[in-house]
Amino acid sequence: MNAATDSPAAKAAHPVPEASATPETKTVGRITVDDPLICARNVDVFYGEKRAIKDVSIDIARNQVLAMIGPSGCGKSTFLRCFNRMNDTIEQARVAGSIKLEGQDIYDRRQDVVQLRARIGMVFQKPNPFPKSIYENVAYGPRIHGLAADRIELDEIVQTSLKRAGLWDEVKDRLGAPGTSLSGGQQQRLCIARTIAVNPEVILMDEPCSALDPIATARIEDLIDELRASYAIAIVTHSMQQAARVSQRTAYFHLGDLIEVGETDRIFTNPRHKLTEDYITGRFG
Amino acid sequence: MTHSILLLLLAVLVLLAFWLGERRSLSLVGGGRGIRNLHSLPYYYGMLTALWCGLPALLVMGLWLLFQNTVITGLISAHFPGDWQALDAGQRGLLINEIRNVVSGQITLEGVRPQVLAAAAEYRQMQSIANLALSGLVLVIAIAGLGFAHRQISPTLRARNAVERIFEWLLLGCSTIAVFVTIGIVLSVVYESLRFFHVVSVHEFLLGLSWSPQTALRADQAGSSGAFGAVPLFLGTAMISGIAMLIAVPVGLFSAIYLAEYADRRFRSVVKPVLEVLAGIPTVVYGFFAALTVGPALRNLGEVVGLSVASESALAAGLVMGVMIIPFISSLSDDMISAVPQSLRDGAYALGATRSETIRQVVLRAALPGIVGGVLLAISRAIGETMIVVMAAGLAANLTANPLEAVTTVTVQIVTLLTGDQEFDSPKTLAAFALGLVLFLVTLALNVVALKVVRKYREQYE
Amino acid sequence: MSKSVAETRALVEKSLRRRQWAERRFRAYGLGAVLLGLLFVVVLFTSVFSQGWSAFRQTNLTLEVFYDPAVIDPEGTADADTLAVADYPALVRAALKQRFPDVEGRTATRQLSDLVSSSAANVLQARLTADHSLMGKHETLRFLADDKVDQLLKGRISRDLDEADRALSDQQVQWIDALKHDGVLSLDFNRGFFSNGDSREPEQAGVWGAFVGSLYTLGVTLLLSFPIAVATAIYLEEFARRTRWTDLIEVNINNLAAVPSIVFGLLGLAMFLNIFGMPRSAPLVGGLVLALLTLPTIIIASRAAIKAVPPSIREAALGMGASKLQMVMHHVLPLAMPGMLTGTIIGMARALGETAPLLMIGMVAFIVDVPHSLTAPATVLPVQVFLWSDSPERAFIERTSAAIIVLLVFLVVMNATAVVLRNRFERRW
Repeated sequence: MNAATDSPAAKAAHPVPEASATPETKTVGRITVDDPLICARNVDVFYGEKRAIKDVSIDIARNQVLAMIGPSGCGKSTFLRCFNRMNDTIEQARVAGSIKLEGQDIYDRRQDVVQLRARIGMVFQKPNPFPKSIYENVAYGPRIHGLAADRIELDEIVQTSLKRAGLWDEVKDRLGAPGTSLSGGQQQRLCIARTIAVNPEVILMDEPCSALDPIATARIEDLIDELRASYAIAIVTHSMQQAARVSQRTAYFHLGDLIEVGETDRIFTNPRHKLTEDYITGRFG
Repeated sequence: MTHSILLLLLAVLVLLAFWLGERRSLSLVGGGRGIRNLHSLPYYYGMLTALWCGLPALLVMGLWLLFQNTVITGLISAHFPGDWQALDAGQRGLLINEIRNVVSGQITLEGVRPQVLAAAAEYRQMQSIANLALSGLVLVIAIAGLGFAHRQISPTLRARNAVERIFEWLLLGCSTIAVFVTIGIVLSVVYESLRFFHVVSVHEFLLGLSWSPQTALRADQAGSSGAFGAVPLFLGTAMISGIAMLIAVPVGLFSAIYLAEYADRRFRSVVKPVLEVLAGIPTVVYGFFAALTVGPALRNLGEVVGLSVASESALAAGLVMGVMIIPFISSLSDDMISAVPQSLRDGAYALGATRSETIRQVVLRAALPGIVGGVLLAISRAIGETMIVVMAAGLAANLTANPLEAVTTVTVQIVTLLTGDQEFDSPKTLAAFALGLVLFLVTLALNVVALKVVRKYREQYE
Repeated sequence: MSKSVAETRALVEKSLRRRQWAERRFRAYGLGAVLLGLLFVVVLFTSVFSQGWSAFRQTNLTLEVFYDPAVIDPEGTADADTLAVADYPALVRAALKQRFPDVEGRTATRQLSDLVSSSAANVLQARLTADHSLMGKHETLRFLADDKVDQLLKGRISRDLDEADRALSDQQVQWIDALKHDGVLSLDFNRGFFSNGDSREPEQAGVWGAFVGSLYTLGVTLLLSFPIAVATAIYLEEFARRTRWTDLIEVNINNLAAVPSIVFGLLGLAMFLNIFGMPRSAPLVGGLVLALLTLPTIIIASRAAIKAVPPSIREAALGMGASKLQMVMHHVLPLAMPGMLTGTIIGMARALGETAPLLMIGMVAFIVDVPHSLTAPATVLPVQVFLWSDSPERAFIERTSAAIIVLLVFLVVMNATAVVLRNRFERRW
C-alpha cells in the first residue's frame, strides 16, 4: 500500500521530516494547522466492499486554499464530498472516522445535514445550474434557508453574490434569462455565486475548471484567490499548475491514501515522498 | 377442396420446388465438387425456386379470399326476386345476414322462408365454384412460378442476392402494415362518419345538447327521429376522465417520488412490482369491481351522509379508472424523474436544500415537461377506456356537473349503439362511427403532442 | 456581504424547524400515496377472491330416480324418437315428490322441482339413450342443485329477508333444510365450471367455451402479430435508411400504440365484417383485430431487443464476409430473441385481457357450444366476464369473480414466464 514509505531506499533518499506534529499518521508532512476550521481524523470511505479512502487525517485552515491533487481514481473527490456529507446521497457509500467542524462532529446523529451544507458550500466539476433563471439560481439558497427578510434584501444578496463571483457585469441586464443559456465558464461562476449567496464558511470545489477553456479557467482561479479572504476553500484539481497557482497548502493523494501534506511552495519545490515527487515531475498520473 | 388442404398442397409444392432448385443448381456444375463454380450456395437456388413457387400463389389466394364473400354477396343480390330489390339498404343487410347464417349452418332451418333457402343454395353453389376456381388458379400459379425459376437457374445466377432482395422486400412489406392499419382506421371511421353527417349536421352533432339515439324501426312510432347532440357525452367523458386524473396524478406522482427518492432498495423491489400489478389487470375486472363493489359502497356511503348517489355514478367509474391509471402515471413519472441528472440534485443538496426542497424545486421542475407529457398520454387513455365505463357508468345522457349522478361517455355509447343485431346503415349505428372519429382525433392529438413533449424532454438530458 | 457568518447561522437555524416539518410532511405524502396504491391492490384482490372463491364448489342433490316406462314410453315402442322427446322432468319431479310425499298442488310442485337444475332431465335422457336397459329400474344419481339452493347454502341469500324479497320462498327454504338434514345436499368441487360452455342457468354455466375461444383467438393473434412485428423491427433497425417513409412508419407505430382499443374494434367491424364479409363472432376476426392491436407493443419491444445487441457483433459478422441478411439471421436475431419473446408474451397477456374491440365484432353473443373452428361463433374469457356480470342472477356474481380468477391466473402465468425468460436469457453487454 505504502511501500515507498517503508522501503529503506526511499527513506534514505527522502528523510522523514523531524517536525511532524502527529507522528502516528503515515502521512508525510504536517497534517495539522493552527486554529483549524475542520479537523478530519482517520477517515475511511467504503463503496460497498471497496475501501476508497484509507485512514486519512487532515485539517482545513481558515482563509486559506487547500489543494488536493493526485492521479485520477485516487479518491480525492470522494474525500472532498465527505466534508459536506454529499456521500449520503450515494446509497452504498459509508464513511467512518471523525470530521469536526469547529469541534462539532458533522457525522453526529444530531447534526442536521441541511444546516451543515449551509455552512459548507460546494462547487461541482461540471457546472450544474438549475433549469431556472439566473436570478432564481442565486436566490434559491437564501430562499430555502430564509436568509432574506424581503425582496429588497434578496435582490441585494443576489447582486452582491454575482458581483463577488465576477459575473454581475455580464448578466445584470438579463437576470431573467435561464441559467443554462450562459457559457460554460459563466455557468461555473454562476454556481459559485449560488454557493456564496448562502454565506458559507467553507467552499468545497471539485475540479471546478475541468470542463472549462483556459480563459474561463483563469477567471475562476482569480476568483478563488479573492474568495480566500472570506472563506476556507478546499479544491480538488487534476492540474498541478492550478494547485500551485491558487493554493497555500497542498495534499497529495494516491490510491486512497493521503501521502503528503505541506505548504504548496514546499511540496512543489521539495517533495519529501517518492510518490509525490514522481507525480509532480510527471512520471505518472 | 377446403382451404387448409389447398394450403397443404401448396406447402408440398414449395418443398418440392426447393429440392428441385437445389438439385438443378448442383447438377449444372456436375455435383458437389463443382460447387465453387456456382455463384451462391445450392441452398439459395432452392430457396429462390421455393419463393417463386410459393409467394405469388399465396398472394393471389389471400386477395381472393379477402373479396370472395363480398363478390358472391353482390352476385346473389343481383338475382334477388323483384320484391326484394325494392328493400332499403338496412333491410337488405338483415336479409343477407340471414342468408349467410343459413349457409354457415348457424341457425336451424325451421321457419326460414323458401326464397331465403333458395338464395342460400345459390350462395353455396357459387361458393363451391369459387373454391374450385381458386384451387385451380393457385396451383397453376405455383407450378408456373416453380417452372419459371427452375429454368432461370444457371451457375451465374446470383441466387443469394435475389433471395436476400426478396426478403428485404418482405420485411419492408411487413413494416408498412402499421401504416395500412392507420389508413384502415381512418378510412373506415371517416367513411361511415361522412354518411352520418349526411343525415345529421356536424354542427348539430358537435354542439347539440340532447342525445337520444333510439330511432323507431317503423315510421309511425312516436319519437322516430332521434337526437344526436353529443355534448352530454363529451362532458360525461370529461368528467369521468377528470375524476380519474384527480386520483391518478397525485397518487401516481407521489408514489413514484417516494419509490425513486426515499424508499430503500428492499422496499422498492417489493412494492414496485406489486403496484405494477394494477397495470396488468384487464379493464373488464376493473369494470366489475366498479359496478359491484365501488358503486354500491359509494351509494351506501352517500345514504349515511345524506347524499343521493346514483348507483352508476360518475364518481365510481372515475375512481376506479383513476386506480387503473395510477401505475401508468407512476412508471412514466419514474422514468422522467430518473432522467433528471444527478448533478442537478447535487447542486441543490450542496446548497443545503432538504430532500423535499430538492425534489419539489429542482427535480420536479426539471422533469415537468416530461411529466406533463405523461399526464397527457394518461388522459388519452382515460378518454379511450371502455370497459370500466360500460360496466359502471350509466347509459342516460344527462347533462350535469354533479359527479354523484349518472353520466354516459363516448365509448359507452359506441358500445351500446353497435352491440346487438342492428341494420348497419341506420343513423344510430353510423353515429357510433362519428363518435369513434371524434375519439380517434382527440386521442391522436393528445398522443402527438405528448410524444413530442416527452421526446424533446428526453433529448434535453441526453 | 451584509451579514456576518454568525447572523447567517442564526437565520438558517431559525428556518430549520419549519423545513424539517415540511420534509416530514412531504415524505408522509409519498408514503401515503404508495400505501394507498397498495391498499387498492389489496381491496381489489380481496373483493374478487372473496366473492369468487365459493364458485369453485357447487351444491349437488342426490336423488333416487325411477325410469318409469309409463312416463317415458307409455306405448312401449322403445324407438329413438320417443326417447328423445319424453317427459324427463317428470321423472325428476317424481323423485323429489318421493322425498316430500305431502306436497300437493301445481304451485308447490313447481316450487319443489325448481330446487333441481334443469340439467337433471338432460342427464336422465343421456343415460337412458346410452343404456336402454335402465328402463323400469331405479338409480341413485347426483344432480346439480338449482343456483338459488347453492346460494342459500353458501350464505349468499339471506334467510332473514322477507319472503317477498328473497329468491326462495319460506317453503323452499324448509325443504332445503330438510334435504340438508337428510344429507343428500353436498358441496363438491365444481367440475362443470371448467368443462361447460355458457348457460342461462348459473349452475350449468362454465368457462370452458370461453377458454377455448380465447385460445383460438390468441392463436390467430400470435401467428399474425409475432412474425409481422419481428419483421418490422428488423427492417426498421437493420435495413431502413432514415427517410421520410421510415419516419412516417415510426410515428405511426408510436401513435398506434396509444389509439384506444375500441377504435380497433370499429376498424374490425367496418373492414373485416362489412367490407370483407368475414363471419361475426369468429375467433379469426377477433384474433385479427387483436393482432393489429398488439402489433405496436411487440414491434417496440422487438426493436429495443435488437438495439441492445452490440454493434461489435454485427461488425464481426460482416467482417467475416456475411451478407447483411446472414448477419441478421445468424447473429442479431438469435441474440435478440429472448427480448422479443418477452415483449410478445406481454403483448399476448394484454390481448388476453382485451374486451372492448371484441364487443364490436360480435363476440359478445350468448354461445352455449364450445367453439370447434376459427370461424365458429365464440366468445373469450374477458367477454364472458362482461356477459355474466350483466346477468341478474345472484349466482352469476360468484361465477363472474371465479372467471376473473381464472383469467388472472393465466395472466400471472404469462407475465411470470416473461419475467423468467428475461432473467434467464437477458445478457448485459
